[in-house]
This record gives sequence, structure tokens and C-alpha cells, in this order.
Amino acid sequence: MVIVSTPSTGDPHTMPDAGYRIYALAGVALFAIGFYSLLVQAHLLRRIMALNVMGSGVFLVYIALGAQTPGPIPDPVPHAMVLTGIVVSVCATGLALALVDRVQAAAGDAEPGEDA
Amino acid sequence: MTSAWAMAWLILTPLVAAALAFAFPRLGRSLALGTAGVIGLAVAHLMRLVFANGVQTHLVSGWGAPLGIELRADGLSVLMLIVTALIGVAIALYSQRYFVSEHDDEALHRERYFWPLFLFLWTALDALYLSADIFNLYVTLEMLGFAAVTLLALAGTRAALTAALRYLFVSLSASLFYLLGVGLVYGQCGTVDLPSLAAQARSGPALWVALALMTGGLIAKAALFPLHGWLPPAHANAPAPVSALLSALVVKGPFYILLRLWFEAFPALMTPAVAQVFGALGAAAILWGSVNALFQPRLKLLIAYSTVAQLGYLFLLFPLAASREGGFMAWSGGLMLLGAHACAKTAMFLTAGNILHAAGHDRIKDLDGITHVLPVSVFAFGLAGMSLIGLPPSSGFAGKWLLLNAALAQGQWWWVAVMILGSLLAAAYIVRMLAHAFTRVNEPKTPNPIPPVMEGTALALALLAVVLGFASPWAAELLRVGAPVVGPIVMGGSVP
Repeated sequence: MVIVSTPSTGDPHTMPDAGYRIYALAGVALFAIGFYSLLVQAHLLRRIMALNVMGSGVFLVYIALGAQTPGPIPDPVPHAMVLTGIVVSVCATGLALALVDRVQAAAGDAEPGEDA
Repeated sequence: MTSAWAMAWLILTPLVAAALAFAFPRLGRSLALGTAGVIGLAVAHLMRLVFANGVQTHLVSGWGAPLGIELRADGLSVLMLIVTALIGVAIALYSQRYFVSEHDDEALHRERYFWPLFLFLWTALDALYLSADIFNLYVTLEMLGFAAVTLLALAGTRAALTAALRYLFVSLSASLFYLLGVGLVYGQCGTVDLPSLAAQARSGPALWVALALMTGGLIAKAALFPLHGWLPPAHANAPAPVSALLSALVVKGPFYILLRLWFEAFPALMTPAVAQVFGALGAAAILWGSVNALFQPRLKLLIAYSTVAQLGYLFLLFPLAASREGGFMAWSGGLMLLGAHACAKTAMFLTAGNILHAAGHDRIKDLDGITHVLPVSVFAFGLAGMSLIGLPPSSGFAGKWLLLNAALAQGQWWWVAVMILGSLLAAAYIVRMLAHAFTRVNEPKTPNPIPPVMEGTALALALLAVVLGFASPWAAELLRVGAPVVGPIVMGGSVP
């Protein structure tokens, strides 16, 4: 994938092993799978899980990008961002679950009507 | 007081007040009023400093990019903060009586959660407009989305809960698109700091992909046509003060980030084709939103579709400000329109809240003679409508006039045609409502009484939407501070 194959820093001689790309690609694939499920799944819990899969995909891309830096020590900045991202995603999941609970209590089933 | 303190007050006051309002529900109303006062002073002070000394920055705890959080205020930030503060003060006043006047325990239960969430929303907006890097913008965007969705869910009806859930799904997936884009930008540029990105002035296919992902997420959150589907049910089913916050402020956050990305961080990627695509989506939004507004059976849905249309105008800023000639004219025109829309739309949703309250429903065809019952509210609706249509001397007129002049100066006449058509349609949907309001009825029904402050705030904002037109030269000077677009403002003369 073009996106991650052109590291911005470091000259070619000190470039790290490009093995991190497989993780970045896996992350993009997870993101795509999650988004597809979000679009096609009707069940609300499955859609929340789909969002979590998308999020994990994004985090995997970030972690892989941390390996772009030359040398044995990975770049900590994307890792710090992932930590923030995880906190946000836990909150989002909690909010979504609470809301689904309320919707179910109001509607009596887990699938939204067409009048949504 | 330094600018660092002003910026800290802007974020910390509503945040602390939100926590206190959650812990001590009885204090909610007073905390909101106190916050409104502090924020008003802090914004005024920050504005004075930005006028006097230019762009203000502050590294939180002395940590700079890439790990630290940098706060930054330029003319655009301050304008957005002022708009947020104006609407925030109005909502704080209106809601003093809104919930309690329903005389219903459930309404009081809603009010208990309204104040902390409202203050949290205010925190998110202030933090968003002061953030100087695209990752912190993500965090603030999520805070904004959480507060907005939860406020909407407060309505508690099945329609509102379903709309809230749909809004949440759109908002969360859109944020993840944005976040993936941020990661790719970091992978390319090694920084997420806006000024550093601007200094690198990079382009290339990987950045195109990144920016496409971020833009896709942001236009879904900003409800730009064709990703606007979630907006009308969300904005129409919320409690009145929440509808106003969602329409006037929340959708403006992602729009602001789009401006920062395309005009400031990556101007090299803003090709004429990109600019025209933004403009075309905006034009489609204007026409689609206006035509739909015309046929809505309920007043709140009419106002919500009008928001879809008015957001379209903001995106005309892209093709018009990207051009050298008249670029700044379009830039300031578009942003004045943003402020005008915020005031007018708040006034309209608060009016709709009053009508719903007095009549018990908001079916337009059954609102005949409502003006006899609520003359002040209907007058406010008319004034706000005047600004939406763009009649002089309203602020809506000032903004549209600048956009029109820019379009004519650049020979982009097709946007002129869209803007005029949009104004005519706006006139039609506003007159449709007013025609019913002024229809004479023989036996007006006895309405529920409306507290004066609820009519007063609606009227004050409608008046503001009109008289702010006179402040447009001042707004243009403010926007000039640190603006990514330069050029003179030449009014009149060039109109054929």
C-alpha cells in the first residue's frame, strides 16, 4: 500500500526492517471489515462491535507507524496517541451500549425501525 | 491577565462547572450563568489581545509539539469562540425556565443532566477552537460528539433515542475515518501540529488519501449533502435548547477543522477541482435542503432542513476563497454567514420551543393565528428568517453580499445563481410558516403561558442576527489576524 511505504524520515541505509508494513496493512483491512459490518449489520450490538473493530484497525496502523523510525527504539508519539484513542473508544462503547439499552427499553427490540 | 490565562479559563471554567453541576444538580442553573459570565469576559479579553498582538499561543505545562498540547488563538479561533459564547449565554438564560416551565417531574429529571452536558459541550467547543494540532482536534471532536448525542437522547422519546443512536453511529465512524487520516499524516510528515504541517507544505498521493479520509469523516459530521441524512431527525427531535445548540454550534466544529486542514495545513492540495467539488456539494445542499424545508409538515423539521441548506452556503467558501482575487472577501463572507446562521437558527429553534410549549404541537398547518398568542416569538422568527433569507441590513445579508461579490469578481457566476435561488427558497419556506402564523382565527385557543425570558432570549438572538450585519467590518478585521487567505475587501462597484 502506497500510504505507508514511503517513510518520511531517515536515509535508506538506516531504514528499519519493512516488516511493520504487514501490520499497517492488517490495520487497514480491519478498518475496512469493521466499516463494512457497520453498514450491513442491523443488530445494534453487532454495529457497536463493528465500530470497535474499525477502531482497533486504526490503532494497529498507528502502532505500525511507530516502527518507521530508524533504530531499535520505536517512535513513542503514535503509541501515546493510541493510548488516548483507546480511552476515547472505551467511552464511546460505554455511551453506545447505554444508548442501545435505552432504545431497547423504548422500542422492545434491538433493531431500529425504518422510521429512524 | 495573559492570553494563556484567558485560554485556560475558556476551557477549564465550563469543564469544572460541568463536574460540579453533575455532583450538585441544584446548582446547575447558577453554575451555567456563572460560566457564561466568566467565558464572556475571557473571550473579550482574548479578542483584545489578538487584535493588539496578533496570534496568541500557549504550550500547556511548557510541553511543545509533538508530545505536548499547544493552544493557539488567531482571528478565526476568536470569532468561533465569540459565536459559541453568544449562543452559550442565550441557551444558559433560556434554559433557566425551559425545563421547569413544563411542570413535569420528568422534565426536571432531564434538567438535572442537561446542565452538566451543556457545560461539557461548551468545554469541547472551546477546546476545539483553541487546539493547534490535528490529533487534539480529534479528541475535542469526540468530546463534542459525545455531549451532542447524549443531549439529544435527553428528550427520551423513541424518535429522539433512535435519532441519537443513528447520530452516534455516524459520529463515531466518521471520527475513526478522521483518526485514520491523522495517522497517515503523521506517517508522512512526522508531526500533527498545524503550523508545522503548514511550514512543510507537502503534497503527494499518500497525503491525498489521508486528507480524503479526514474530509469524508468531517463532512459526515458537518452534515454536508449527501451525508446529511442523520441531521433532520436529530435536530428536530431534541429539546428546544439542544436543537439550537446542535444546529447553531455543533455542526460548525467539523466545518472549522475542514478550513484549518485545506486552507492552512495543506493549501497545496486545494486544487481548483477540489474547491469546485466542495462548492458543488454545498450547492446541492442549498437546493436539496431548501426544497425539503418547503414541504415539511412540522416546524422543527422545517428549521432542521433549513440548517442542511444553510450549511451548504458555508461550503461555497471553498471555491470562492481558494481563488486569489476576492479570496479574503469570500473567506470573511462565509464566516460571517456562519455567525449569522448560528444566531438566526438559535432564535428559530427557541421560537419553535416556545410554540411547541404554548400550542402543544408544531404542525405548521395547525399553527394558524399563533401570532395572537405569541407575538414576540413570531416576530423573532420573522427577524431570524430575514437574516436567513439575506435581506439587508441583516448579518446574513452582509455575509452573502461578500460571497456574491467574490463570485462576481472571479467570474464564477454559477454560485451566484445558486445563492439567489437558495434565498428565494428560504423566503418561501419562511413565508409559509408566517402565513399560517398570521392567519386570522375566530377563537384562538388558550395557550400554556410562556415565561418572558424564553421569549426574550429568542427575540434577543433574532435582533442580534440582524444588527450583527453592522459589525461586519470589525469581524473582517478580526478574521485578518493570522488568516491563511489575504486580500482586500472591495464592496459594491463590481456588481453588474
